[in-house]
Amino acid sequence: MSQVQPAIAAPVPLAAEAPRRRRFLGADLTTHVILLLGVVLFAMPIWIVLMGSTHDAATIGRGEVPLLPGSEGWNNYATAWSEGNTRRASVPVSTMMFNSAVMALLITVGKLAISITSAYAVAFFSFPGRMLCFWAIFITLMLPVEVRIFPTFQVVSDLGMVNTYQGLIIPLIASATATLLFRQFFLTIPDELVEAAKMDGAGPMRFFKDIVLPLSATNIAALFVILFVYGWNQYLWPLLVTTSTDVETIVIGIVKMLGAEADTEWNIVMATTVLALLPPVAVVILMQRWFVKGLTETEK
Amino acid sequence: MATLNIQGVTKAFGPTHVLHGIDLDVADGEMIVIVGASGCGKSTLLRIVAGLETASTGNVVIAGRNVTALEPAERDVAMVFQNYALYPHMSVFDNMAYGLKIRGLPRDDIAARVQEAANLLGIGALLERRPRQLSGGQRQRVAMGRAIVREPKLFLFDEPLSNLDAKLRVQMRAEIRRLQKRLGVTSLFVTHDQVEAMTLGDRLVVMHAGHAAQIATPMEIWARPADTYVASFIGSPAMNLFPATLEEGGHAARLDSNGLVLPFHDGPRPGPAGRKLTIGVRPEHLTPGQGGLELQVDLVEPLGGESVIHARLADGTEVTAKLPGSSYSDGALNVIIPLHTLHVFDGETGKRLEAGG
Repeated sequence: MSQVQPAIAAPVPLAAEAPRRRRFLGADLTTHVILLLGVVLFAMPIWIVLMGSTHDAATIGRGEVPLLPGSEGWNNYATAWSEGNTRRASVPVSTMMFNSAVMALLITVGKLAISITSAYAVAFFSFPGRMLCFWAIFITLMLPVEVRIFPTFQVVSDLGMVNTYQGLIIPLIASATATLLFRQFFLTIPDELVEAAKMDGAGPMRFFKDIVLPLSATNIAALFVILFVYGWNQYLWPLLVTTSTDVETIVIGIVKMLGAEADTEWNIVMATTVLALLPPVAVVILMQRWFVKGLTETEK
Repeated sequence: MATLNIQGVTKAFGPTHVLHGIDLDVADGEMIVIVGASGCGKSTLLRIVAGLETASTGNVVIAGRNVTALEPAERDVAMVFQNYALYPHMSVFDNMAYGLKIRGLPRDDIAARVQEAANLLGIGALLERRPRQLSGGQRQRVAMGRAIVREPKLFLFDEPLSNLDAKLRVQMRAEIRRLQKRLGVTSLFVTHDQVEAMTLGDRLVVMHAGHAAQIATPMEIWARPADTYVASFIGSPAMNLFPATLEEGGHAARLDSNGLVLPFHDGPRPGPAGRKLTIGVRPEHLTPGQGGLELQVDLVEPLGGESVIHARLADGTEVTAKLPGSSYSDGALNVIIPLHTLHVFDGETGKRLEAGG
């Protein structure tokens, strides 16, 4: 057999091999060009911002779009971090970052805590009105924030929570989506596991702590990433509910920095934008492994 | 180690009655197998004993203590589930130790007990693994280990072998029986597999439509089934059942299919002539010979030393025979029914009719 094999292989002309390989090469090239275009399309604006943040105000003021790093980077970032907008009275970016971080973290933790406990109640216990509760949660999914924003503002303002962290956070702290996702996950936990825990003597709280939470770890991580980015990027609600600079978030801060065309310190704005990018990017990178795991597999 | 008494337990899910009053007394250290087709209520009965379901009426008494109103954890019973129900995020050790941790045993005691149970089951080397790194048989052992470390009054097994392949099932079956005898723990074992039931149980409870059709030792059930359901359920292949009528002043039965008269060797059955009967004969009791049933064979299943023969009588009644040897082929075959192997049942109620009764 081993002697026959080369006899068959030999007659294949080398010339026939070459065009086939070239065609593959062509396909490879096309895909890579498309991919590169995609990367440029997404990366270019970020690159421009990154480079812009290292030049002085005059360069950008002249209408130049620098694609190479300048020499003012350190100054720009230091100014933005400690002073913010120099031409108008404003808060330093560090304060805004702190406000954003508090808001995003509390929204995320709150959403996770509330949705996982309510999903636990809906999925594992039978009580009167269980389905009513579930549907009530489910239906609020369909109401976008904008629809209920005025009544919400009225309530928050009547409670005197305008310009406070509570006012920023509490209206955003419940998540129907996360509740629904956790409920669906809980329904995949086999009944036998619940019963085994009962036989072992685990009460509802114990079962939640020892079994449900560890099993949900990857889901929690995935939702943490999504919800943190969601919280960090909040725009409309903070815009309405914050009028003083004490609780201004960075997203609002950036918008406020954009004055009239000539009046805008573009270098500072760009440095601020880069700073605003960092926390969500950090969260995604740090939790990437868990995030992907949470989306693709469940440990059962 | 304890006795178990099930007293008039009924269960209804809404209008559907699943259990119609079960009474069962289990002696200390006894292994009771509850066997029946799916939907007969056997799992429900087990779950009522476990406390995972509540009985509609009736009591469950474990070691003389009425536990009917108690939570599963307070009943001092351990259960092995069909799908093992191991905690996927815990190591084998933690899986076995979890129940003890909740009970607040000292750490050293827990470690000692888990180690002992693991050695008993031959899984001592697997204690650090996660359940998903184990084979089906190993998971099964861990599930058993989790029950053993609790040192419960009662073991409950809910079809624990049905997810294993055939060979492993036979092996685990023997292992469970050996273990149960060695530990001497009173056990309830639910299965739909009659071979499992026959080999494992000190006594069987054959369940049918929410009733305990018969409670007896495996051999007694095989030799003297209480009704036609038990007769056809226990034994493989299933017992042949022929419609017949009472003849000759109660001393014989005439088969409806071919008019064959079978005299009762052990005495007359009560009732008027013409009373409807069902005559049962186990396939392995039929023997080749003239003057009995004239069969038309349509399928032969050779098993090596013996063959299972599927055949019909002239009127289409199906007959199964298990005959020695393997030299059978399709076509005509004559078998006789040895008279001492007859089972006589009432034609209407299906209940067993004893001689002279």
